[in-house]
Amino acid sequence: MKKVKLMDVAHCRSGDKGNTLNISLIPYNEDDYEWLSSIVTAERVKKHLNHFVKGTVTRYELPNIKAFNFVCENSLMGGVTTSIAIDTHGKSLSYALLEMEIESKN
Amino acid sequence: MLRIGSGAGFAGDRIEPAKALVEEGNLDYLVLEGLAERTIALSQKQKQIDPSLGYNEYLDERIRVLLPLLVKNNVRLITNMGAANPNSAAQKIIEIAKEMGVACKVVAVTGDDVLDKLNGDFVVFESGKSLQDYTPLISANAYLGVESLLPALETEANIIVTGRVADPSLFLAPIVHHYGWDLENYNLIGQGTLIGHLLECAGQITGGYFADPGRKEVEGLEDLGFPYAMIEPNGDAIITKLANTGGIVNLQTVKEQLLYEVHDPASYYTPDCIADFTTVKLKEIGKDQVLVSGASGKRKPDLLKVSVGYHAGFLGEGEISYAGSTALQRGELAQHILKKRLLKNYPKLKTDLIGVSSLHHVQYKNIQAYEVRVRAAALCKTEEEAKKIGHEVEALYTNGPAAGGGARKRVEEVIGIVSTFINREAITVKTKAWECRV
Repeated sequence: MKKVKLMDVAHCRSGDKGNTLNISLIPYNEDDYEWLSSIVTAERVKKHLNHFVKGTVTRYELPNIKAFNFVCENSLMGGVTTSIAIDTHGKSLSYALLEMEIESKN
Repeated sequence: MLRIGSGAGFAGDRIEPAKALVEEGNLDYLVLEGLAERTIALSQKQKQIDPSLGYNEYLDERIRVLLPLLVKNNVRLITNMGAANPNSAAQKIIEIAKEMGVACKVVAVTGDDVLDKLNGDFVVFESGKSLQDYTPLISANAYLGVESLLPALETEANIIVTGRVADPSLFLAPIVHHYGWDLENYNLIGQGTLIGHLLECAGQITGGYFADPGRKEVEGLEDLGFPYAMIEPNGDAIITKLANTGGIVNLQTVKEQLLYEVHDPASYYTPDCIADFTTVKLKEIGKDQVLVSGASGKRKPDLLKVSVGYHAGFLGEGEISYAGSTALQRGELAQHILKKRLLKNYPKLKTDLIGVSSLHHVQYKNIQAYEVRVRAAALCKTEEEAKKIGHEVEALYTNGPAAGGGARKRVEEVIGIVSTFINREAITVKTKAWECRV
């Protein structure tokens, strides 16, 4: 089956609260919401981001604005204030999610 | 129609977009948000050294630029740049006003500092441990809500300066004041909270933190304009920006910011309500104009969140670079040497290959790096221990792989932030007014 990268069909923004990371996922085309809903599951996101996501991943759905919010616990090496990572906020991590390869729609 | 602009999204934000908003935005209010969690702890330390300090380091510069324009255009300013010392910030503003010959009134709002109200038995939200495990404490500030700002808004103050207030509340307060909204009408309060949430990071909704050439184009990012909202009495709001500034406001920028730093979008906790963003409707109604409506809310929480700052040690850091077709191999050798020499005394040492895997912790796409920067970092108890990290990295100049260049070293005090909760009744909000007559 043909594959595409998530970055070809959606955009993201990441934010931090303590040691929890959130990454939104927003399809460029709102009609792709249902399709992405069926394949970009919380389990799949956790597996894809397992190099830094050490806790639970919860997917929240916003069908009214056609967007998802992935909340990843224990993912910022202790959190912005005491992490010794370069990117303490995890601001760059939205683009890790966008590297995910998914099955093409057609 | 009420018009509120957002002139700063963090302490060090650019200054000129706020000036443009006050000059050309036909605003009723300008809000400057500039108080990260860590900033208030640093400000508290400054205040301990000099009781007349402890407010935002850019206050002076911003006020000099904005004050005459605010007064001339009848725009009221609300800002949390008071940080650990809103009273001193207000006096500083009056001092500047006298110097510039601008008549104005300034009100300071205090009461967020709850350090003397906490004890070691308070439970830390993030860890479940008690607060006594986090010493020495530096600061503790409760997130105040709209109610704390309303008395100040009822005065004739041109400028209201606060310490820790929940960011959305800085915007919600003037809406509640202007339209006389009932604080128990939680659907209205939820919609107003959404407006504040969308505006609080300034340029992040007008194309900042967004552009990705070829995918998400933003024109004029070098002259990014900041947002303002035009708000109807029922809470419907148009998010937009000045036409002659760079940037973009569209469904994509609004959706990204709507979910920024949000967990459960149906339960966004603030001191004023538990807002529900899953009921929101968004519509592009013109160039750089998005109509936002339909957010809702539930009753406000009984407890207020408190942000607690504590001394967590010292960060020691060092970096050195390698370039060329074998940069990766030499970078890895440098990393190996640093681990061999440092791990026994610094078991939690972190080493990174910048340009390879320092941000995503792995390469999702394998690309051989032509330049690699090696970084070592450790969190240490003492400044002396922290200094050794950079020292060891610098020593790689003459003791490490070939052609290492651009070594840098750094030591920084680390202030940790955790949160706990406090009863609303424990908070006493005070407002104090100053006036500059010319």
